[in-house]
Amino acid sequence: MSPLKYILQKEFKQIFRDPAIIRVIFILPIIQLIVLPMAADYEIKNINIAIVDRDHSTSSGRLVHTITSSGYFRLVDYSSNFNQAMQGVDNDKADLILELPQGFESDLYARKETRVFLAVNAINGVKANLGATYLRTIIQNYNNDFRVAVLTPGRFNDLPVIETTSSNWYNPKMNYTFFMVPGILVLLITMIALNLSAINIVREKEIGTIEQINVTPIKKVHFILGKLIPFWILGLVVITIGFLISWLVYGIIPLGSYLTIYLFAAVYLLVILGLGLLISTYAENQQQSMLISFFLLMIFVLMGGLYTSIDSMPEWAQWVTKFNPVAYFIEVMRRVVLKGSGLKDIRQPMLIMLGFALVINYWAVLSYRKRS
Amino acid sequence: MEKFVSEQFPIIVSSVSKSYTTGKTVVKALDNISFEVEKGSLFGLIGPDGAGKTTLFRILTSLLLFDTGRAWVDGFDVITGYKEIRKRIGYMPGRFSLYTDLTVQENLNFFASIFETTIEENYDLIKGIYAQIEPFKNRRAGKLSGGMKQKLALSCALIHRPSVLFLDEPTTGVDAVSRKEFWDMLQALKNEGITILVSTPYMDEANLCDKVALIQAGRILGINTPQHITQSFAKTIYRVKNGNMHALLQEARHWDFTEQVYPFGEYHHVVIRQGSPEPQFPAGIDAGKIHPGIEDVFIDLMRNNEQ
Repeated sequence: MSPLKYILQKEFKQIFRDPAIIRVIFILPIIQLIVLPMAADYEIKNINIAIVDRDHSTSSGRLVHTITSSGYFRLVDYSSNFNQAMQGVDNDKADLILELPQGFESDLYARKETRVFLAVNAINGVKANLGATYLRTIIQNYNNDFRVAVLTPGRFNDLPVIETTSSNWYNPKMNYTFFMVPGILVLLITMIALNLSAINIVREKEIGTIEQINVTPIKKVHFILGKLIPFWILGLVVITIGFLISWLVYGIIPLGSYLTIYLFAAVYLLVILGLGLLISTYAENQQQSMLISFFLLMIFVLMGGLYTSIDSMPEWAQWVTKFNPVAYFIEVMRRVVLKGSGLKDIRQPMLIMLGFALVINYWAVLSYRKRS
Repeated sequence: MEKFVSEQFPIIVSSVSKSYTTGKTVVKALDNISFEVEKGSLFGLIGPDGAGKTTLFRILTSLLLFDTGRAWVDGFDVITGYKEIRKRIGYMPGRFSLYTDLTVQENLNFFASIFETTIEENYDLIKGIYAQIEPFKNRRAGKLSGGMKQKLALSCALIHRPSVLFLDEPTTGVDAVSRKEFWDMLQALKNEGITILVSTPYMDEANLCDKVALIQAGRILGINTPQHITQSFAKTIYRVKNGNMHALLQEARHWDFTEQVYPFGEYHHVVIRQGSPEPQFPAGIDAGKIHPGIEDVFIDLMRNNEQ
């Protein structure tokens, strides 16, 4: 009988006897998939705003009310002193200052125009940007309402106006969990697969068991396969748990077929596990291999297109992402889950992953040496 | 010719050298080592820590490449014939290297199956050793005591009935009773026709080998049977003792006839300078001429090698 069978038996026994591995496999996905999407929300709420109202009129009051009731802003300061508001920004208590000038209301009625001043605390770029945009939108709406209510309809369409309306395809309600959760699931699988495989062979090196294995007639391919297959199966189990949670907690059911995702995941896992084993054959101890896999994960995650769109990266960075397996899987995952892509549509990334898997695993087998 | 030699000598080492480079310094781990081990004999490699014993073991077990020289195990060149060698040898590294998270039986089963054999098939060979740990066969290997771990490791190294057995410091860190037991087991294995190469830092174990090689700083200082080694020792040794052993050691260093003096159990051993007349010991010292033991020879050889 093939020695591979005995190696697999041994590996599975060891995995199931390690309480830490079991915990990682079952608890990690649950916590990550429940906590992360809630925390990693693109929508920014609770923007602290300081309003300097020098007018104290009905109109200015109504604008302030519109802003605070939008749900995005928290009024932290309401005064008629700009310096006091600025102090709030200095102390990091306020993110935005909106100054309504004296004569806000009278100008609005008499001259049909007025100016407001907006100061943004740009320490947190994303918050500043979004905060300013939200606020501008609110003021614009207020402006439109005002025109409808006050101006005579005849003058309303005096100037030609291009109005934009948009509809969101594939995710009509722009529900961020729909595209975050599948992406986070990809990261999760990657993290578990890479770390588990990266410390595996190197652990045998540390304990010294590899010495005993190396003097036996075990073939290198069998040894590497014996390491790869159990984690490959575990990876698919983790994906299953992930989909179960996505369905139970977020109601996400892929538009495309699960089979497509599993087929891609099967190949993808070979790439990640091969990479881990490769690290493992080169590293001398668990510390080294953890550091290397952590470094790779960091790049994979930040350049994987989950948090920042790949299309908006500089060209060289876009080239780097072509070697990032995470980027391929996140894209495929979103396409299948949201758009319902089938095997035919993801043929290209699938072939690329197959290529990666072959090269990396062949390399891993070659670099594992039974003698030094 | 080679075949004939190999049948008689399952281990042949011929002018093997190996150096390690650490940073800019080159350390010679093995310096032109040559020796043969006769079939079915128990060959001891005796030497202090860092002498190069483990390096030699790793070379012979096909785990390590070396710089110059050649070596054969069971008739196969260790460089080109490593695949054959790995089927025929048993190796017990100095450090316990079985799976601590598998049970005694699982470890043994695993090693049996990767050699495509079963415990039952070779049970007679390991019976004497394995029977002692069999009551604990469902215990994880990591939870065994030192002596039991060593018995398990030996069982695993033997389970495929190797023709040559390599044991790297098998008795280091094992209590005196277990050490004695272990050497008894080796004698029994030898009688099964297995050739055994064993290394140890303990010189008293040298007497239990058929032949010993003393190795120090990568060089072999002498190879012979333990009896021959002691008989051929030309120097005279006295043992001395009095009430204050510490002062006596200092004092003995300054006697005219002293070549070397060292503590040895409850006595000090004084090696007499060659050519000096019958030594006259100061009063109050209990002195007597003794037959040199193997330790005395080694201490002498090692001292000369250092100089």
